[in-house]
Amino acid sequence: MTGLKLEDVVIALKGRELLRLTAQIAPGEILSVMGQSGSGKSSLLAYVGGFLDANFQASGKILLNGEELNNQPAHQRHTGILFQDPLLFPHMSVGENLLFAIPATITGASRRQLAEDSLGQAGLEGFFDRDPATLSGGQKARVALMRVLVSQPRALLLDEPFSKLDAGRRDQIRRFVFEEAKRQDLPILLVTHDRADAEAAGGKIVDLDQ
Amino acid sequence: MLRLAPALAIGVLLAPVACGVLATLLPAFGYLPALGGHQVTGDHFATLFSYPGIGRSAFLSLTTGLVTTAIALAIVVAFVSGWYGTSIFARVQHLISPLLSVPHAAAAFGLALLIAPTGFFFRLISPALTGSSRPPDLFILNDPMGLAMMAGLVAKEIPFLLLVTLAALPQTNARRSGQIAQAAGYGRISGFIFVTWPLVYRQIRLAVFAVIAYATSVVDVAVILGPLTPPPLSVRLTQWMSDPEIAMRFIASAGALLQLLVTVAAILIWMGLEKLAAYVVARQRNAGHRFHREGIARSMGLGVVLGVCAVIFAGLMLLALWSVSGFWAFPDILPRSITLTNWGRVMPSLTSPLATTLSTGAVATLIAVGLALGCLEREARTGRTGGSRALLFVYLPLIVPQVSFVFGLQLFFLAVGLDATWGALVLVHLVFVLPYVFLSLSDPWRAWDPRYASVAFGLGANPNRTFWKVRLPMLLKPALVASAVGFAVSVGQYLPTLLIGGGRWPTITTEAVALASGGNRRIIGVYAFVQMVLPFIGFALATLIPAFLFRNRNDMKATS
Repeated sequence: MTGLKLEDVVIALKGRELLRLTAQIAPGEILSVMGQSGSGKSSLLAYVGGFLDANFQASGKILLNGEELNNQPAHQRHTGILFQDPLLFPHMSVGENLLFAIPATITGASRRQLAEDSLGQAGLEGFFDRDPATLSGGQKARVALMRVLVSQPRALLLDEPFSKLDAGRRDQIRRFVFEEAKRQDLPILLVTHDRADAEAAGGKIVDLDQ
Repeated sequence: MLRLAPALAIGVLLAPVACGVLATLLPAFGYLPALGGHQVTGDHFATLFSYPGIGRSAFLSLTTGLVTTAIALAIVVAFVSGWYGTSIFARVQHLISPLLSVPHAAAAFGLALLIAPTGFFFRLISPALTGSSRPPDLFILNDPMGLAMMAGLVAKEIPFLLLVTLAALPQTNARRSGQIAQAAGYGRISGFIFVTWPLVYRQIRLAVFAVIAYATSVVDVAVILGPLTPPPLSVRLTQWMSDPEIAMRFIASAGALLQLLVTVAAILIWMGLEKLAAYVVARQRNAGHRFHREGIARSMGLGVVLGVCAVIFAGLMLLALWSVSGFWAFPDILPRSITLTNWGRVMPSLTSPLATTLSTGAVATLIAVGLALGCLEREARTGRTGGSRALLFVYLPLIVPQVSFVFGLQLFFLAVGLDATWGALVLVHLVFVLPYVFLSLSDPWRAWDPRYASVAFGLGANPNRTFWKVRLPMLLKPALVASAVGFAVSVGQYLPTLLIGGGRWPTITTEAVALASGGNRRIIGVYAFVQMVLPFIGFALATLIPAFLFRNRNDMKATS
């Protein structure tokens, strides 16, 4: 059984139920969960990623490739996440951001090689030593995606990663993210309040507001 | 290991205060077997109250605490309410932050050099305005009412209260509610006091109590600027505590208990005043009084704050000038010659206290920063904050007067054979360094975007790697600033160093204050200058190190 499976996941805040969801996402597939702010959609990602705030109560099984994630700490789940902001670590260079993500099992010169290659893949050749602060919004978003992908995640969680991009770049970045993620055959859980995002994803759509 | 950090921190804050108060209480009532006190008695209080002027000393301490806190707080309110959000405000804020790091003793010495009858102020106006080229025959320093001492305390309390107020303001929506109040016809000041101030005051209340406790029991500023006949209670206690006569220790303990009562009384009176002020403010607010004619109050708020800055800076310049001055007769405004002989003469005796100051400050700060980071990281990982109870622990050593528990702590160390050791000195400094380090670090630490940690976890980094590689480097500047604050606090410690060091570990501060009665301004200038420069170096490093390390990282500049 491969992919990401959510079994009767319930998230509540102070006793009030925010959402209830059962879903299965096969590798390379995208599930879009739509909802207004306050609908608990970001909490859903936090629950799957293992960093849900202690104020929330949550239950329901999370299975990734048949393995139960519930009792695993966040850093062992390998569920890469992208937020609205690229959140590149500002004290590291672009390349160091990637090196931070590359698993320690890859050693020596191949670490740098992998980082350079992934930058090239994102159309950012020669950006290794750049200060992330000097990149444009679209470039930062692409580095953030490459940073997640080189960490060899087993699933991808997207928390409205396109909402802060300007309209011109948006479509282009969106397509880039979905294509790259699908190429790695990752199950993708996208939460958004924007129907265009959900439709562009091309997968199943769950609307929490209905 | 991390799990132990909160318990260790609470132990550091709580245990010395508890042990110290207990070891003050017992001998105060005659029980101190090591010194032959075996039966419980009230005799020592009778002896204490038989000292001439003891009531006056206690009263002086009480009024000093209340008056200076009220004045300093009123000035801060007038300034913040009148100018918050303006460009002048931002500039003054930058001016005043460094003042916080100036040790009390150095600021007091600077003030003394400025306002003494032979000081800079009278040099400026003599003989032109005074009509005489001899210093005026005025009782300005060490005046019996303690006005010079109060001025010195107010000048140092304003930066502290201003900075805690600034830290509390962002959580109150001050600017927007101010605009609403002004749109309804209220003045800046009245609008602020009616709408925003109650929210701010709730957050800074413990800091205000700490100021009251400090001012009711201060020793170093009182020795330098305060009355001599009789001195405030804390100064008399310090003399008794250092008295070789063993019987004096019982009386000193009884006095330390009296000091505790004086401070508690001052805080209780203050709480009464809080109620009164809240009542008056509510009445005025409900009556709809607008108070839009506020020009004078606004200008005064700004004027006094600028004046305080000017006085402290001028005092520090005078310290520097005296330390290199040759012959400098009254009423010459500047010394006839500049010389390094003062420094050369003092240097041999200065190195050992300097080494003690540096080593004690560095180690106490290192431990405090480690504990504070441990507590905050533990908080981040468990999602549990200590809440208001934890804040009370943090403020405990700042609200219980030093005199009331450090002497007991000395007796306690004596009993366990640790008296006058360097380790005990570091420990007692840690008690006062930790609260300030924690208060300085906790706001920026908690304001850090937790999504960075979520991203790092998602990339497979465990919590330790996330802490060392992401969170700590991103918060390096606040961590170093907190270290500089801690080091400054350690450098400034007078009474704990004197009592716990037992005279065997003199520091720059204890040596400087000891020079006060001698009145050699050149030597005082050297010591007080060094005392003031050490914290400054700490803050300079806290700014320069991150600026150098992240010189090619633009977003690291924006965040700090």
